[in-house]
Amino acid sequence: MLQQWKPDPTFYPSPKMAIEAPAEEVAYVAAPRDDGKPDAMCVVDLNTASDTYGQIVHKLELGVRDEIHHFGWNACSAALCPYAPHPYIERRYLVVPALRGSSIYILDVKEDPKAPKLIKTLDANEVESRSGYTRPHTVHCGPEGIYVSALASAGSEEGPGGIFLMDHYNFNILGQWEVERGPQSLSYDFWWHLGYDIAVTSEWGTPAMIENGVSLEDLGERKFGHKIHIWDIRHRKNIQTLDLGEDYQMILELRPAHDPTKAYGFVNAVLNMNDLSSSIWTWYKDGDDWGIQKIIDIPAQVPENPDDLPPALKDIGMIPTLVTDHILSLDDRFLYVSCWGTGEMLQYDVSDPFNPKHTGTLEIGGITKSHPHPAAGPVSGGPQMVELSRDGKRLYFTNSLYVAWDNQFYPDNANGWMVKADVNVEDGGLELDPDFFVDFGESRAHQIRLQGGDSSSDTFCYP
Amino acid sequence: MDTISWWGMLGLGAFHGINPGMGWLFAVALGMQEKRRSAVIGALFPMALGHAISIGVVVLVFALAQQQISKNVLGIACAVILFGFGLYKLFRARHPKWVGMRVNFKDLTIWSFLMASAHGAGLMLAPLLLRMPVAAAHSGHTHHASETMTDSTAVLLSAIGVHTLSFFVVTGIVAIVVYEVVGLALLRKAWFNLDLLWSIALMIAGVVTVGMLFWGH
Repeated sequence: MLQQWKPDPTFYPSPKMAIEAPAEEVAYVAAPRDDGKPDAMCVVDLNTASDTYGQIVHKLELGVRDEIHHFGWNACSAALCPYAPHPYIERRYLVVPALRGSSIYILDVKEDPKAPKLIKTLDANEVESRSGYTRPHTVHCGPEGIYVSALASAGSEEGPGGIFLMDHYNFNILGQWEVERGPQSLSYDFWWHLGYDIAVTSEWGTPAMIENGVSLEDLGERKFGHKIHIWDIRHRKNIQTLDLGEDYQMILELRPAHDPTKAYGFVNAVLNMNDLSSSIWTWYKDGDDWGIQKIIDIPAQVPENPDDLPPALKDIGMIPTLVTDHILSLDDRFLYVSCWGTGEMLQYDVSDPFNPKHTGTLEIGGITKSHPHPAAGPVSGGPQMVELSRDGKRLYFTNSLYVAWDNQFYPDNANGWMVKADVNVEDGGLELDPDFFVDFGESRAHQIRLQGGDSSSDTFCYP
Repeated sequence: MDTISWWGMLGLGAFHGINPGMGWLFAVALGMQEKRRSAVIGALFPMALGHAISIGVVVLVFALAQQQISKNVLGIACAVILFGFGLYKLFRARHPKWVGMRVNFKDLTIWSFLMASAHGAGLMLAPLLLRMPVAAAHSGHTHHASETMTDSTAVLLSAIGVHTLSFFVVTGIVAIVVYEVVGLALLRKAWFNLDLLWSIALMIAGVVTVGMLFWGH
C-alpha cells in the first residue's frame, strides 16, 4: 500500500483546532439485538442538506448476540503525537469489538462512508488466544497502536480483565499490555493523559456478574467495581489505585481533559448503594500522586406510581439515577451526564473541575416516566450513550445500556432510538431538536461515532 | 573528501533537521507541555547527540568495511541496501514505537538515535562516505599507516560534526519558529510526507552510489 502525501485531514494537533473541524455528515451507531437476528452497525445520515437526514441509510449485519457495544477508529489525532509520529495513516477503519461474542470486526468506511465494508474478522478464538483476554470493550487509537480493553481473562468468566494492543496497520493482536497489574482485576474503560505518560482504567464487573442481567446479589455484596487505577504508560505498570469506597458500585466512563497539559478527568459512579444516587468524580494529579474527589451527586427519584416500577425495582420503590455515560466537550468546558434511570440529560460547566455549575437539563424517557420526544411521543428507555460533535454544538444520544440490562430496567419496551440536542455553547443550555428522532425499531442503539472524529474518539498531544 | 561531499554532509544535515519526525516537533511539544521556551531549546542538545551517534555508527561501520572490502563491492552493497531500504519504506509504512512524553536528556538522546537509525539517516550518507579517503591498511603504504589513519579519523569526525551541526541549527530554527510564531496549524497543511520523500531519497542515494562507481570522479 502506497502512503499518503498529506496527513489525514481529520487529524488535529490540538483540541482547539479540532473544534474548528467541519460538521459531521454521518454517524455510525452500534445496534445490538435481542431477538435472534444479527447485531448491526447502522449508518445515520447527518448531512442536513440530504433527503435522508436523520434516517438510517445503511445496516451492516454482524453476528447474532454479539453485543456490539463500544468501538473506535484505527487511527486518530494521536498519530500526530511527537514521539511516534505517523500522520500519513488514514482514519479509515472502525474497530468494532463484540462485547459478548468476543470477536473483533474491522470495517472500512473509505470508499463509501455511508456503506461500511467488513474487511476483516478476528474471531473469538483468535482474540482470546492472542490477547489473553475475552469480552473486548473500549477501543482507543494511540500513538503506537490500537488499545482495547477487555472484561475478563481468556477462557473464563472471571478477572483479571485488562488491556491488549493491536497493530494499527494490519490489525494483528500484539498481546497483553500490562506488565505489572498490581491489585487491578476488574476492568471496563480506559483512557490516558499522554502528556503525563499516565493511563487510567475503571471497573465494572466480570462477565458472570453482568451477562444474565445485573446480579442483584453481587450488588448487595458490593462486588462490582469501586476503584480506578493509575498506570505508568511507559512501564505499563499500575502505580496507584484510587478507591471511591465500596458503597459506590460500577465506576465506568473515563473522560480525561482533552488539553494534554491538564492532569484531571471525570468518571461516573453508577450506584451509591445507600440511596441509589449516581455521582461524578474528578481525578487529579496531586504532586507526585493522584487523588479523586466527588464533585456531583445526582439523587434517585420517587416514582409517581410505584406499581409502574419494573420487577427488579419493585422492592426498592425508587427510581435509581443510573448515570451510565457522560461526555466532555473538546474545550473541556461542558460535561454532559446521562441519567438512564431518571430520564434526564444534564449539562454542567466544569471549567473549574472541582466546582461544577449545573447549566442545563433535558428530559426524555425514564423509568416509569416515559418523557415524550416531540417527534415520537412518549418513549421508553433513557439517555444513555452520549456523543458530542467536535464543535460542541450537537449532542447525540441513544437509549440502550446493555441488552440484558435494558430488559431488566425497561422490560416493556427497549426499542432503540437516537436523538439530538442543540447546545448553546456560549451561555450553556441545551434543547432537543424536535425533528430529529431515529427509530431503531426492535434493534437497540448503543455507542455513536461521528464521521471524522467526535469528543471521545481522539487524543491530542498538543494544547 | 572533496567540496561536494562537505556540502552534501551539510545539506543532508539540514534535510534531516527539517523532518518533524527527527526532532523539532518533539521539542515544540515539550515546550508546549511545560509552557516554556527553554524546554524547546533544552531538547535540541540530546536530539543532536542522538542523531550524531546514529550517524557515527554508520560512518564507523563504513570505515571499517572500507578497510576490508574493495570500493566497488562496498559501493554496490551500499547501493543495494539503500535502494532496498527505500523501497521497503515506500511500501511498508512503519514507525518506531517509542512511548512517552516525560523524557530526560538520556531518553531524548536514545529517542533521537532510534528515530535517525530507523529512518536510515546515516545510510543516506553512503554516497558521500564513498568519496572519503581510503584508510591506510587498504592502501598498501604501510609506513604511513598511523598518519593516514589519524588523518582519516579527523576527516570522519569532522564530517559527522558538520552534518550534526547543520541538523542542530535547522531543527532548532524550525522548532523555535514553530513554537514562537507559526504554531501547529502548520502541521495540517505543510507536513507533507517527508517519510515518502525520504524513501525516494534513499533510493536515489542508492542509484547515485552506483553511478559514482562507474562514472565517478
